[in-house]
Parts: sequence; structure tokens; C-alpha cells
Amino acid sequence: MITQRFFGADRRIALTILALLAAAVIVPLLNLAVPPQSTFYIPPYIVALVGKYLCYALLALALDLVWGYCGILSLGHGAFFALGGYAMGMYLMRQIGSRGVYGNPILPDFMVFLNYKELPWFWHGFDHFWFAALMVLAVPGLLAFIFGWFAFRSRVTGVYLSIITQAMTYALLLAFFRNDMGFGGNNGLTDFKDILGFGVQADATRSALFAASAVTLALAVSVTAAIVRSKYGKLLMAVRDAESRTRFLGWRAENVKLFAFTVSAIMAGIAGALYVPQVGIINPGEFDPANSIEVVIWTAVGGRGTIVGPIIGALLVNAGKSWFTGVLPEFWLFALGGLFVAVTLLLPKGIVGMWDGWRGKAKSLRAASLAAEAGADPQAPEPKIVRSAARTPGAWSASGPEPQPAE
Amino acid sequence: MLLLRAIGLILLLTMAGPTSSKAAEPDLRATVAKLATATGFSATEVVVRELAASGDPAVERTLSALADGNLYIRKSDSQVFVGKEAGDGIELLDPLSGEKAADAAKTDLTKIKVNNGLRRTIRDALGTLTLRAKDPGVRLAAAMTMFKTPDAANIEPLDAAIAAETDPAVKMMFDQARSASILASDKPEADKLAAIGVIGARGDRDALSLLTSVEANAQGAVKDAASASIGRINSTLALWDAGQNIWYGISLGSVLLLAAIGLAITFGVMGVINMAHGEMVMLGAYTTFVVQQVIRTSFPGLFDWSLVIALPLAFLVSALVGLAIERGIIRFLYGRPLETLLATWGVSLILQQAVRTIFGPTNKEVGNPSWMSGSFDIGQLAITWNRLWILVFALAVFAVLLYVMKRTPWGLQMRAVTANRRMAASMGIRTPWVDAMTFALGSGIAGIAGVALSQIDNVSPNLGRGYIIDSFMVVVFGGVGNLWGTLVGAFSLGIVNKFLEPYAGAVLGKIVVLLLIILFIQKRPRGLFALKGRAVEA
Repeated sequence: MITQRFFGADRRIALTILALLAAAVIVPLLNLAVPPQSTFYIPPYIVALVGKYLCYALLALALDLVWGYCGILSLGHGAFFALGGYAMGMYLMRQIGSRGVYGNPILPDFMVFLNYKELPWFWHGFDHFWFAALMVLAVPGLLAFIFGWFAFRSRVTGVYLSIITQAMTYALLLAFFRNDMGFGGNNGLTDFKDILGFGVQADATRSALFAASAVTLALAVSVTAAIVRSKYGKLLMAVRDAESRTRFLGWRAENVKLFAFTVSAIMAGIAGALYVPQVGIINPGEFDPANSIEVVIWTAVGGRGTIVGPIIGALLVNAGKSWFTGVLPEFWLFALGGLFVAVTLLLPKGIVGMWDGWRGKAKSLRAASLAAEAGADPQAPEPKIVRSAARTPGAWSASGPEPQPAE
Repeated sequence: MLLLRAIGLILLLTMAGPTSSKAAEPDLRATVAKLATATGFSATEVVVRELAASGDPAVERTLSALADGNLYIRKSDSQVFVGKEAGDGIELLDPLSGEKAADAAKTDLTKIKVNNGLRRTIRDALGTLTLRAKDPGVRLAAAMTMFKTPDAANIEPLDAAIAAETDPAVKMMFDQARSASILASDKPEADKLAAIGVIGARGDRDALSLLTSVEANAQGAVKDAASASIGRINSTLALWDAGQNIWYGISLGSVLLLAAIGLAITFGVMGVINMAHGEMVMLGAYTTFVVQQVIRTSFPGLFDWSLVIALPLAFLVSALVGLAIERGIIRFLYGRPLETLLATWGVSLILQQAVRTIFGPTNKEVGNPSWMSGSFDIGQLAITWNRLWILVFALAVFAVLLYVMKRTPWGLQMRAVTANRRMAASMGIRTPWVDAMTFALGSGIAGIAGVALSQIDNVSPNLGRGYIIDSFMVVVFGGVGNLWGTLVGAFSLGIVNKFLEPYAGAVLGKIVVLLLIILFIQKRPRGLFALKGRAVEA
């Protein structure tokens, strides 16, 4: 019984939040207060790397809110992430001031290089942190709101929605590659000096950014959990599982989806804003549709429709990516491709979902054996979790096991 | 004027009979020798005109050497030579035959000086000379040069040339060059008005620039006629521009059609989003590369047939890979379109990396067979053969596919499964078999699209990436499960794209098209030609 409570969903979320908060305290401490000779010392590059993973985890969690709980497979969440990153990048660019290569106090280097005479109108205000922070929330949120308002109102669903979200991020990719856009063309924004007056390269700043990422992720976990557990969360899942039925019951499915989509985009934007100072660059490559699809696999590996799953998935897949690209660079794409295929075929509920299924099976078996008063065969039939999971269609796809035309 | 008449007279005489077209060589040598004694640019010019008047193609060498500043006088005997730098000294060539005559040091020679006015005279003289070349192409080129540098002095030689010309195309060009020269002369107004008429009928950019300068310099009726003619040319040119855009758009549309048509089948019939579709195209392109490699090393004579050989092979390769994907992965994911999308994306990554590992990451060279290179003109349109063949090929593939879908038992089964899967299964159609064959067909079509695209695009592991989003746009825009929708979608997207490009630039044009499609889907979520039926949304 203790295990049941221990592994129950609420307990798990609380544990995750606690672990993140603990990491936010301990990792910077081990980096800054422990001498480098110590075995407990965490080198700065690990801090930066894990900090980056935490931003990815936040992005995966954002996608999970729309995909796992609302059934909207967005292939354009990388766009919201990148837009948040660009908003932060613009603030960081303005902080460089006259320390750039050309020493222009107003114009960033690339504008001097491209013969800009004055700051474009959309760059005004980004010298204030509060304004940039507002834009980190507002720009992705607004784009998602407008996009979602059009898309959900006209009932664009399923793969059609996936394809147009992909088209959206592709269009933004092309747009940001243009030098005339005023966002640095294909070099993007880089060469940052400091954030809020602290040097971005300093160990203390890196640790602080790590802590900020961990705390933000913890916050996002609790917000997502609160949304999912509320009555509204039930509605989200209702739309996911049977959209038409929800609509016939009198709910406005498009409003439900629009809310989830916008909240999710804002979360993705925050993730991007935390990501940029830690990696030190933002360029249009972040808009690449392939990146957005990679986010989907993080969520799928960990387990969609769970809150902890995407975080585990993002950390695992990215750690795997770092390891692979270091050791066997040419095999990373094989591994990633194989992961896509294996997860969809064998692990449709992800690691966390499989764990839950296994737990549930074990628990019911134990209950059955208790009820049978020790008469049970110790070689009880093995729970065929993996196969049965693979045979079960996605919970929300109401159709049978056969393909549906034009779905 | 006397000189001009003399030239005209000589030209007329030389036109009279082919035998007399060559002045006797001693006479020419005597004239060339005069260059050594002529002092000053004007005296040289007289000699140049005299040489030109001889009408002998042999003087071309002397004149062009003179224009290039390569004509020398040997101080010792005042003989004229064409000089060629050879080490420290200069190699002397005979001015008429071009054979090597002697070597000399630079100090032994005097260079015949030319100025810009003289160069111009020489160029015109050369133009006149070539008016009577045997090759019509050379005559045409000469007339073209004269048209672009009109000079009153050209009128008479052109008159003579027109009288003797038999080739109508060359004759027309002579006429236009003559008119251009008339406009540059002080001929009476009536002649000039007629000339403007001739040039206006030409109606291209050269005519436009010529008339613009006439309009700027002339007065009265000539000016009015010129500006009226300019207006007409401008409107014709605008039409040609539109025609050019349409052609480019159709060409882009045919590429899109090829890339998207296989997708339309798998998506339409099976509801399967195949993200690895672009990689099927890539496999087709690489098959072409391999076929060409084999042909280059073993059967060089067959190179022109390489594409024809590659077509069935590419179809087979891609269809087999597609069949393997369907049997190995997609079969287990029916009814879960979003998961299919992810799994096929994974397959696309694996295929890309596999090709990169086998063939390397760099672009592979795929050659054009001779019947696909070059271009031809229709009016002001330059049409390249490879684009035209791709258009023809795309339409042929479309027609064959349409036939298969509408007229064969297999197509009937595919349509039945599309319309109502369960009912089709109840009627005894083996739907899994139809699915597998449909997927293989769609993939195979992508493969032969790869053969065509290898002719106009870089063959690299990323080839498919560039087409996948565009193809989805075409299918979604045209409507799923409808081949005609794909056709209309591909060509309208291609044409819209090319019409936006001049105003918005290539990249912005593409962005605008993407945005338009996103907006369009709001209006018609099932595309331009939506399937009608009782399919209920889940």
C-alpha cells in the first residue's frame, strides 16, 4: 500500500518538484562552493549542459500539455521556443552596448554591418529586462492565440493541424533567415556579454541560470498538474478522447483547445528565453521543423499524458544525443530514427506509461493472489504489457484498427 | 559620301557573282601595305575603309588585329605584320594568311596606333564584312551587331545585302538593322517613320532601348511615332513577362506535382502521413546516380538512355523500400495517424543517414543526357529542354496513374477502400493487400519523381527534405484522395509562387504562399476538392 501511494501520480509530481528544487540549490552549491579537486565538484560545462536539458524538458512538458492531454500534435512548438529565445536574445544584444566589434552604442554589430541607420521599431524597449520578459510571454502566446483561433475555430484537426503547424514554423524559418528581417539573418543573435549586469560566461551566472531553469520547470510542473487536475483538465481530456461528443454535450471544444495551445506556447517561449543565455546563441536553425519533431519524440519516450514523462524523456534523449554525438556521431540519426519507430511501435505510452501499466498489473495480480488465499500459482501468466500496449490504439483515436481515409 | 558610294558599288559588284567576291590577293596586300605609310588616325581610317570595301573575309584578321592593337610595322622594310607576344620578342604573322613569317624584337617594330573612333570604324567594317559570310548564323550575328550600333554608313551595305539575301529570317534581321541605321542617319522623316514601324514590329527589349533613345533625340512626328511604338512594345513585353511567369510557374508546378502525387495516393487512400516520402524521392535520384555510374564505366554509349533505364529501377527500389516500411511498421499503426507520422519520420532519418553513410554527404553529379540539355526560344521565352521534359513526364505520370485508378481492377479496389473501408472488406476486397500495394505504388511514383528531379536539383541526402513540406502543402491544398485536386493544387501553387516572386522576392513569396495555404485551410479544412461522403470526424 505504501508503494501505491509512493508511486501515485500526486506523490510523483510532488517528488519531481522537490527534486527540481533540490537540484536548483545543490548543483550551484557543488559548482561554486566546492573546490575543483573534490569528487563532489560539478564542472561548469555540466551545469550549462544540464541547464540546457532542463529547458528542453520544459519545452517537452509544454508539448505534452497540448499533445498528451488535448490530442493536438503540434509540429511547430520549436517556433514558440525560438520566438521566446529571440526575445531574450534581443535583450542580451542590447546589453552589449558599445562593447561590440563596431563599438556602436545603439546598433548591434550585425546592423552596423548591414548598414542600418537606426534601430528598427520592433527593437525598441528591449534594453529593459521587464519589457523583454513580457515579450517572451507575449509574442509566442499571441502567435499561438491567433494561429489557434483560426485553426480550431474552423475545426482543423489531426494530421492537418500537424502539417500546418509545421508549415508555420517553416515559414518562420524562411523569414528569420532573411537579413532584412532585422534579426541577424542566418547568423542569428550571439556574442552576448551580460544579463541583468552579470557576465553570461561567469560560473555564478551559469549556476544562477541553472537554478532559474530548475525552479521554472518545477513551477511549470505544478501549473500543468493544477490545470490537468482541475475540471478544465477533465474537459481537455474529453476533447482529446471524443471531440465531437464533447461538442454535442455543449462544450466549446475550440475554446478548450485554444487555451491549452496558448498556455503551452507561453511555456515553450519561457523555455526558449532560459535556453538562449545558457547556450549563448539563437539563430533561425531553431525554427527548423526537424527540431520541433524531435521535441515530440522526447515527450513520446517519456510518456505523453503524464507530467513527469516528458521531463524524463527530454533528459534521457538529450543525454543520449550528447553521448552519441561525442562517441559515434554518424550513428546518432540511426539511433534517433530507430527511437521514433521503436517508441511508436513498442512503447506507445512511453517509459512512465509502461511503468504505470506494469505497476497496475502487478498490483492487481497481488490482489488476486491475496484473494485466492495463497492458492495462486507462483508462475502466474506474465503480464504482456508491451504487446497489449502496442495493440491498443491511441486512447483518443476512436477509430478501429484500420486506417481511416483523410483523417 | 563618295567613299560610301564606292563601298556600295564594290559591294554590289561583289554581290553580282560569287567568283568576283574575292579581290585579288596582290591588291589586298598593296592596301595592307598602305597602313605602313598612312600617318595619323584619319589616314589609317581611309585605309581601313578601303580594306573593308574589298569585301574579302581574309582582311578580317588584319582588321581585328588592328583593333586589338596587335598590328606592327617592321622598321627595317616597312612591312605590316600581325604580332603575337612570344617570350621577350614578338612573333610576326602574315596579316592575311596568318602564317608565321618571322620573329622580331620589340625595338625593331612600330605599333600602329588606334583610337576609339578608329576602333569603332573597324568594328563596323568587320560587321559589314560578315554580312556576306556563307554561314547564315554569322550573317545574323553581324546584322545583330549593326542593329545594336546603328550607323548611317551601314545603310548602303545593308541595302545590298538585303537584295542578295535569300534566307527570310536573316533578311528580316537585315531589314531591322537597316531601319536602326536609318534612324541614326539624316534621312527624310517618311523613311524614319517606316523604320520605326519595322523596329516596333520587332517588339523586344533591344527594340525598346533603341526607340527610347530615338524618342529622346527626335522631334515632331518621329518622336510621336517612337513613343507610340514604345507603348505598344511595353504592353507586348508585359504580356511576354506574364507568359514567362506562367511558364516558370507551370515548370515549378510540374516539379511539385511529381513530388506530391505519390503522397496524394498514400495519404488519400490510406490516410497515412508518410514523412519518409521525400526520402523515396531521394532514393530514386540516387538510383539514377548509380545507373549513370555503371553506364559511364561500362557502357558509355548508352548514356543518353540512362534516364530511361533508371526509371523502372528507381520505381522498383522505392516501391520495395515502401513495401518494407508498410509491412514492417505502418501495418501496426493503422488508425493512429499521428503515430504513423512519427514512425515514418524516424524511417526518414534512418534512410537519410544510410544514404549519407553509403554515398557520403556531398552532392553527387548526375548528368543530363543530350536530349535534355540546351534550350529553345518561343518569341521572347527561353524554354529549357529539361524543364519541358519534366513537365511532359509529370503529366504522363499523372495520366498513367489516373488510368490505373479509374480503369483497372486494382484502381477500383483502391477507390472502394478509400470510400468505405469496411464495406470494401465485406465485399471480399483484401484491404491489407490493397494497402500494401497502394503504399508501394505511392513510394514507387516518388522514386521515378526522383529520377526527374535529379536532373534539376542537387542529388544529396537532404534532397527529400526540401520537397516534403511543399508536397504536403500541395496535397492538403488540393484535397485528399483526389488526383485532380493534386494536379490543380500543384500548378496553382507553382504559378502563384512565381507570380509573387517579382514583387516579394523568392523567400518572401514562399512565406506568403505558406501563409495563404494556412489561411485557406481555415476556410476549407478538407482542401480544394474534398472527398464527399459520410466519413464522420472522430
